[in-house]
Amino acid sequence: MTSLPGHTERSLGLVIDLDTCVGCHACVTACKGWNTENYGAPLADSDAYGPNPVGSFLNRIHSYEIQPGTGPAQVVHFPKSCLHCADAPCVTVCPTGASYKRTEDGIVLVNESDCIGCGLCAWACPYGAREMDPEEQVMKKCTLCVDRIYNENLPEEDRQPACVRTCPAGARHFGDLSDPESDVSRLVAERGGIELMPEQGTAPVNRYLPPRPRDELPELDVLAPFLEPVAEDFKGFVGWLDRALSGLS
Amino acid sequence: MHPAPSIILFTTLSGLGFGMLAFLGLDATPPLGWSALAFLFVAYSLAVSGLLASTFHLGHPERALKAFTQWRSSWLSREAWVSLLALTAMVPYGFGLVFLDQAWRVPGVAGGVLSLATVYATSMIYLQMRTVPRWNHWSPPALFLGFALAGGALMTGRVSVALWALPLLAVVQVVAWIDQERRERATDTDLATATGLGDVGRVRAFESPHTGASYLTSEMVYQVGRKHALVLKVISVLLFAVIPVVLLLMPLTHFLVVPAAASHLLGALIQRWLFFAEARHVVAQYYGRWDMTGMRGG
Repeated sequence: MTSLPGHTERSLGLVIDLDTCVGCHACVTACKGWNTENYGAPLADSDAYGPNPVGSFLNRIHSYEIQPGTGPAQVVHFPKSCLHCADAPCVTVCPTGASYKRTEDGIVLVNESDCIGCGLCAWACPYGAREMDPEEQVMKKCTLCVDRIYNENLPEEDRQPACVRTCPAGARHFGDLSDPESDVSRLVAERGGIELMPEQGTAPVNRYLPPRPRDELPELDVLAPFLEPVAEDFKGFVGWLDRALSGLS
Repeated sequence: MHPAPSIILFTTLSGLGFGMLAFLGLDATPPLGWSALAFLFVAYSLAVSGLLASTFHLGHPERALKAFTQWRSSWLSREAWVSLLALTAMVPYGFGLVFLDQAWRVPGVAGGVLSLATVYATSMIYLQMRTVPRWNHWSPPALFLGFALAGGALMTGRVSVALWALPLLAVVQVVAWIDQERRERATDTDLATATGLGDVGRVRAFESPHTGASYLTSEMVYQVGRKHALVLKVISVLLFAVIPVVLLLMPLTHFLVVPAAASHLLGALIQRWLFFAEARHVVAQYYGRWDMTGMRGG
């Protein structure tokens, strides 16, 4: 069970547009809501109203500042969740078989009734995508909303992960990244989608679209060359002030 | 990495216990009768209490038997199997030693080899973690086996073996500390590869996803007082190697083995605490706290 499948029929995953994400954390809230009320152990918070609130989340939003060689710095909001790696190290370390990767769609899941809560899979993940639930003491991770995407009780448009469905900026995309003709694959090809930590050898499925190059600030207004030159000879009060100050300096 | 007391106790105590079992099993002239019973009692107590300590680390210890299922892929599962086999093989061997004054070679050698295999499997759990560069290195097997063998020699009263094994262990440990630093510096994971944004410019963590702690930050982005690392390393080597060797070189060695073993155990516990507290996990990059974690700069 905890050996990885050599090949998956599909590679479902997310494509996250770092150019579009506004850092509103709506996906975090939608994810916590759906995954608390539906499949698996609820995502607990402990000491929620006390001095040290701690809770489990499947998706968290970092923010980074990038300083290019020239031009102003820019802030990039960076949602991070399970990347459903093809070579997932979290799966092979699991001693009980609770952690597994599905052959049919490549989703990495935890069978919570087999999880002993040893925490080894969280150590093995370079992305911090797995968190031990503080109340249930089992490992929680993104399921790619496996209970939504195939759920025929939901309207067609809701059969996608809660984070994707809720994103007000349209920064999150869901699809089959093993199909080169899928919308997500075409997006990755067009925008130069990137892998996180490729040197860790995890072969992540999710991709991130880098921020588009920012416009350069023009030095002058485009109409400036057509404007009258600024008057050099000041008149009135300003002219008196200019003459008085020139006399002093 | 968070130095959990249960894991420190587990790896240290069970390592010593299996080291003792290895010597008792592989020795051609093992102790017999009551003496064998005393040694086996200490060795089993250490090995089993260490294994029990490890279950305190689990969220669901009642499901621990499931950990025997994935020996094909998981080092933790392999460790469960070889530890059980080692403890089982040593039962008939121990029975022969204690009650029949017989040292049966087959279960003895099997138990001894399996005891060392247990320690090796424990160390491989750490070595396989590519996410923790300090562990993804030759040092965990060398150190875990080194402590098991040197400690096992000391605790089973093999003074002549312990007298060269302990100084050798100290040398291996110092080389390991130096080379672990090199391994950690050589890691090619940084905030640029973590975010994939290195091509755009210099990346700096601007804001954390959460203002409080999380499982990730308390488990893997562990921060401790860095200035004490060097002092703790010196104390550890003094306790696990230097003081035991000095005690063993004094007259009346027979009585001094006990304080020597106590000193060694204390030093080994400090060494194991450092093994976790110093280790940095690459997820700290996402929090911009790589340079703040671990104990470097001590």
